[in-house]
Amino acid sequence: MSNILSIKDLYVDVGDTSIVNGLNLKISSGETHAIMGPNGSGKSTLAKAIAGHPDYKIQSGKITYMGNDLSALSIEERSNLGVFLGFQYPIEIPGLSNTAFLKAAINAKRKYHGMDELSASEFLVDLKEKSKMMDIEQSFLSRGVNEGFSGGEKKRNEILQMLMLEPTLSILDETDSGLDIDSMKVVASGVNAFRNKKTASLIITHYERLLNYITPDYVHVFHDGAIIKTGDIQLAKDLEERGYEWLTNP
Amino acid sequence: MSDKDNKNKEINEFLNKSYEYGFTTEIESETIPPGLDEDVVTLISKMKNEPEFLLKWRLKAFRHWKKMPQPDWAKLSIDPIDYQAISYFSKPKQDDGPKSLDEVDPKLLETYEKLGIPLHERAKLAGVAVDAVFDSVSVVTTFKDKLAEAGVIFCSFSEAAIDYPELIEKYLGTVVPIKDNYFAALNSAVFSDGTFVYIPKGVRCPMELSTYFRINEAKTGQFERTLIVAEEESYVSYLEGCTAPMRDENQLHAAVVELVAHKNAEIKYSTVQNWYPGDEEGKGGIYNFVTKRGDCKGENSKISWTQIETGSAITWKYPSCILRGDNSTGEFHSIALTNNLQQADTGTKMIHLGKDTKSKIISKGISAKSSQNTYRGQVTMSKGAKNSRNFTQCDSLLIGSSAGAHTFPSIDVMNSSSILEHEATTSKIADEQLFYCMQRGISEEDAIGLIVSGFCKEVLNELPMEFAVEARALLQVNLEGAIG
Repeated sequence: MSNILSIKDLYVDVGDTSIVNGLNLKISSGETHAIMGPNGSGKSTLAKAIAGHPDYKIQSGKITYMGNDLSALSIEERSNLGVFLGFQYPIEIPGLSNTAFLKAAINAKRKYHGMDELSASEFLVDLKEKSKMMDIEQSFLSRGVNEGFSGGEKKRNEILQMLMLEPTLSILDETDSGLDIDSMKVVASGVNAFRNKKTASLIITHYERLLNYITPDYVHVFHDGAIIKTGDIQLAKDLEERGYEWLTNP
Repeated sequence: MSDKDNKNKEINEFLNKSYEYGFTTEIESETIPPGLDEDVVTLISKMKNEPEFLLKWRLKAFRHWKKMPQPDWAKLSIDPIDYQAISYFSKPKQDDGPKSLDEVDPKLLETYEKLGIPLHERAKLAGVAVDAVFDSVSVVTTFKDKLAEAGVIFCSFSEAAIDYPELIEKYLGTVVPIKDNYFAALNSAVFSDGTFVYIPKGVRCPMELSTYFRINEAKTGQFERTLIVAEEESYVSYLEGCTAPMRDENQLHAAVVELVAHKNAEIKYSTVQNWYPGDEEGKGGIYNFVTKRGDCKGENSKISWTQIETGSAITWKYPSCILRGDNSTGEFHSIALTNNLQQADTGTKMIHLGKDTKSKIISKGISAKSSQNTYRGQVTMSKGAKNSRNFTQCDSLLIGSSAGAHTFPSIDVMNSSSILEHEATTSKIADEQLFYCMQRGISEEDAIGLIVSGFCKEVLNELPMEFAVEARALLQVNLEGAIG
């Protein structure tokens, strides 16, 4: 078991507002962490800061990923080194087919690691299998990226991208929001398929629902940009029953 | 440096990529001194051993041109052009024309190699017959024999004037008359060479025909003349690619293209235009003032224009269709990309004369940096064009916040049974789209390329496969960074 992500005393600003305030978190390979917390507690800000979104500025502290100081790496380098962000609101790119987009992403990663481009047949076999798993019809793959997709389709498409890109660290930002129960199960099966001894997941969620299907090793409660309590799945169940009040206003 | 600054820097580097085709070839050439009068027009005609009717036609055009003012209705700012400072004829020095590739000056062939069209390979591999125009004289024509077997005539305009004068006399100026407009009149007077294509009745041209234009000699204007005639039941697909070397001064390119489609004939005309656009400060670059028009003369005929316009300092160009034959079809698919200080005023005219005629216009404008990109279109449904239809879609994509996109559609309907549809959108490449792509490992440069090619998909799909790949690459190279 090795260390994948280590966050030390992190402060992040968006514009002039400080959103993450003194966060500490360690994630090792094979682990699944869940971050729960009320709206506006800074959960998504953390996700964007790890991915390197230019609007999210690290004021102090350090994020180390697989031994690299993340602030020294570009957005695409982070991705190519295995950081994946499942978007809360996946972006539409009209006219650019899902297949072309995925292929560009996979080949960018391979190029970064000095590998040849994936052959068309290997790519298509892999894509077919994984899209089936995510219950995505073949016809979707030739449509524009997320163009006209329903909420559930967009989220399943995010997980498909994750499975195709085979990251080391997967951060899922409210992937369960707006999902019906069937889509949720499909998403969970995808995330569970991704879990192994070498990878790690950070699941950001508002509700405990998703955690019924993906059992996390750790549950953290986020409030005012920092972790105020850490526990196991039982903590998530307590939160579902009692809300956040008893922790945020003790 | 913050992340955002870094990002902007990258984008700027991308946008500032230099023009890849900015080399000149040193070849001895015969250039007549700058200036334009009746003697020059006569000299051009004589140097080309043209038949008498053509000289008369040129002189008529010249006399008319002298009386015309340069048009200024386009949304373009054009520095004054000194027509007396231009040399109207330049040709690589060579005895007689080359009989085969072996006889062609190796330096010329090298130039084509740099442009990415090695004639030997490319022609063979792609099955494309290339009529390469280097400055004013057609240097080499490949695959002529194979085409001759099918009865197809594909040759330089100069040869056609000598070998097929009756066809030239019959069709020249019938679609774009000499008095049509200022630049067409100028072209008619001084055109130096170009391409002639004739597809006989019932023949489907066995290969894609392609011409590569390139302006090499400094201070020479290039005045190409292209005439394509498709007889009844015939089909031809024609491609032209254009590139010019980098120079400080502006160069003028005023071409005329005429297409004639008889009954049940189809002409597909594709252009990939990458003339030198000038530098970031707007210095140099080609003035591309072109008149292109097709006459759907016969019933059920079809003319389809596809253009990828990425180059030139100024583009003034409206490939149009006259839908004369009943049930004829006209199409216009366009991608116009402007960057830095480029200006494009482009679009089409669909003139519906026959009944049950159909036209489709798909225009995609992409403007980056401080460039200005205008779509100008005219759809006319005449009284006799009963039950005709037009569909127009104009989409603009802005990159950064200082570029301009403008749309001037004009619609004239003189009957009550025709149907017209017009759709227009304007969008911007969003930072979030770039972030999404980059989070998936794709560089910013590639992300812009992907987003733009997605935006242009419908038009790119119209290009023959091998050119679609080239066009995508060209869009990416010319986009070189535009978000501030």
